[in-house]
Amino acid sequence: MSDTPHINRRGFLRGAALVPVAGALAACATPAAKPTASASAAPVATSAANPFGMAENKPLEVWIFDGGFGQDYAKNIHQPLFKSKHPNVEIKHNATKEITKVLQPRFAGGNPPDVIDNSGANAMDFGALAQDGQLQDLTALLDAPSWDDPNTKVRDTIDQAVIELGTYDGAFSVVGYVNYIHGIWYSQKVFKDNGWEVPKTWDEFLALCETIKKSGKMAAFTYAGKHPQYLYEPLLTMAAKIGGNEVLVNIDNLEDGAWTTDAMKTAATAWAEIGAKYLMEGTAGLDHVQTQTAQNKLKVAMLPCGSWLENEQKTTTPADFEYGMFPIPDFTGSDKMPYGTLHSQPSENFIVPSKSANPQGGMEYLRAMLSKKAAGDFSELVKTVSVVKGAGEGRELSPGAASATKALTDAGTNLVYYRWRTWYLPLDDEVKAATGELMAGGVKPEAYLERIQKKADEIKNDSSIKKYKR
Amino acid sequence: MLFNRYRRGLFITSFLAAPVILYLVYVISPYIQAFYIAMTDWRGVTATPGFIGLENFVRLFGDRVFWKAVTHNAALLVLLPLFTIVIALFFAFLLNVGGARGVTGIRGSQFYRVVFFFPQVLAVAVVAVLFQQVFRPDGSGMLNGPLMALGAEPIGFLSNPNVAFWSVLGVMVWQAVGFYVVLFSAGLASIPRDMFEAAQIDGAGRLSLFFRITLPLLWDTVQVAWVYLGILALDVFAIVWVMTDQHGGPDWSTTVMAAEIYRNAFQYFRFGYASALGVVMFFFTVGFAILSLRLSRRERIEY
Repeated sequence: MSDTPHINRRGFLRGAALVPVAGALAACATPAAKPTASASAAPVATSAANPFGMAENKPLEVWIFDGGFGQDYAKNIHQPLFKSKHPNVEIKHNATKEITKVLQPRFAGGNPPDVIDNSGANAMDFGALAQDGQLQDLTALLDAPSWDDPNTKVRDTIDQAVIELGTYDGAFSVVGYVNYIHGIWYSQKVFKDNGWEVPKTWDEFLALCETIKKSGKMAAFTYAGKHPQYLYEPLLTMAAKIGGNEVLVNIDNLEDGAWTTDAMKTAATAWAEIGAKYLMEGTAGLDHVQTQTAQNKLKVAMLPCGSWLENEQKTTTPADFEYGMFPIPDFTGSDKMPYGTLHSQPSENFIVPSKSANPQGGMEYLRAMLSKKAAGDFSELVKTVSVVKGAGEGRELSPGAASATKALTDAGTNLVYYRWRTWYLPLDDEVKAATGELMAGGVKPEAYLERIQKKADEIKNDSSIKKYKR
Repeated sequence: MLFNRYRRGLFITSFLAAPVILYLVYVISPYIQAFYIAMTDWRGVTATPGFIGLENFVRLFGDRVFWKAVTHNAALLVLLPLFTIVIALFFAFLLNVGGARGVTGIRGSQFYRVVFFFPQVLAVAVVAVLFQQVFRPDGSGMLNGPLMALGAEPIGFLSNPNVAFWSVLGVMVWQAVGFYVVLFSAGLASIPRDMFEAAQIDGAGRLSLFFRITLPLLWDTVQVAWVYLGILALDVFAIVWVMTDQHGGPDWSTTVMAAEIYRNAFQYFRFGYASALGVVMFFFTVGFAILSLRLSRRERIEY
């Protein structure tokens, strides 16, 4: 009996205590270096019809982010169009909501797919990919003849901002396909029925909020309280409008004191006032879908969002709702940028992994996507604006997309954007947290900006985080 | 004799080989790899991470959010076992010996026993999504609905940074209590009935019955519960990640170590740094395990 193994309570607990820790750590495993495939050399000779020298017998693996735009546009519009010129290429279509979880191991394993729509909340970090040389240099795509017209380069058929924003480390490597236009969204019908006017100045905006609040019909304003990035967007756009584009450029470049400028203070104070007075009850605890649905149900008049809104809400929007969008109102008569200044940013980002089996095929797929037909059909299907010039011409656009397109035309060259959000994700999380507090009244505008500045400085001084300039 | 011993060893080995290999491959080896990754700048995509020594650990000391997460884990480590054990003991006592005559449970105890166990059956993710709805800040929230109907201001259970942590704790206690009611009930069942009867004959009321008989005889089980709940408090993740705003917010008010590890690895793509956080969490957990085993080393009461 004495030599029978004996498991006592103590021993068992000791073992049990270790198990859950293992779970947390087991998540990642060391990558194994593999001999790099020399796929970057074109397998066949290039020609006008095949500018990248894609092999017609190699399969093409495509991964689409199955989010707000779904995946039908890829299956029913882009891929048939690609097939029309390259019938022998077998396209392996895939879609997921979890880009990172599915595809990050593929990168670490050295066999990423050929085209990725790297979008959504679980997209892979472009900075990390660029830093490791995982992104195919798409300059060849820009200089290739466009799908529609062999005499025009792809470069000239798309918005300039795509090239500017898709450039990492001097190499153009990310194609933003959709033009996201940000503004304040409302129901044109509700405004007409109540005789409310789109405000041109901040005073008019405050007066409108007061009128709506007093009317008792609905709350004046809301935003996705659980996701405060929906609110820091108009705040930053407003700061750029007041203080000029350099406000955002300095923030992107992590300049000292970039967050604590007067323009930022003015904008933060203005939005904190909205937070204190005009928010729909419970805003802080609701997400984008809940607040947007509240707007569809006529419980709230206005919310800040981007041009994906109309498509995202298509199942809950009443038929006569008529989405409309207006730009950030003038704060004073002496704002540095004129009325109509917009935040527009190419998004829905497509990449070709450089270490994929068929990067030439990947670029050819993007070339097809950037044709007028592909982009136009896409715009119509998903009710949004693409980055391909003139792709929306002669198409029947929905009220929201039409309103956003008009605002974009009116804005002309007065467009602003910021990139820190994708460059420095930890800063993004801190600004979200702080903005939620600002709107809930938990922090004063000065302290709000100082807090963010502190995080920005921290990132600036952290040698492990790669820095970008614009 | 020798042959017998040999056969026996072979017999034992044949049973142990498979689990030990699995354990080595899927537990021990990732551990060791994590220690290595913690000393690299790996961002998850390259096949050749650079070795940077202890830089990640130096950085970690200045990470405000991570230390905030550690304090949340520490608070949970104290509060979660405390609340859960007190409530579970109370229920278990009522269900088993809380009846009028002191040797049976209160009326309907069979029914309650099942009801208390319900939350344990639900997956954590289900509980998290469920409570998002329960905690909704508008009229459709299960808690705020009645509150607002009574004319009170709605409470931002998950949106107010001062309240959110307590909401998380509340949900964890709610989910854990059922299991410990069962555990303590089992413990109570092993206490001979005559002890309770003897105490009753001596004139003990329910209160002194609980503190003089039940608790001392159940102390062993309570310690086990404490260790389990402590582990639960240290590696809490899913409930925070799924239920709270901004995964550990608002304003970092509910974040925990595991959430920060996940955030750094899978959102910031700082796998090296995340592994360093994991290593720190490993030492916290091992430290807790050693500490609790030392402190609970005590003679058990034999009966």
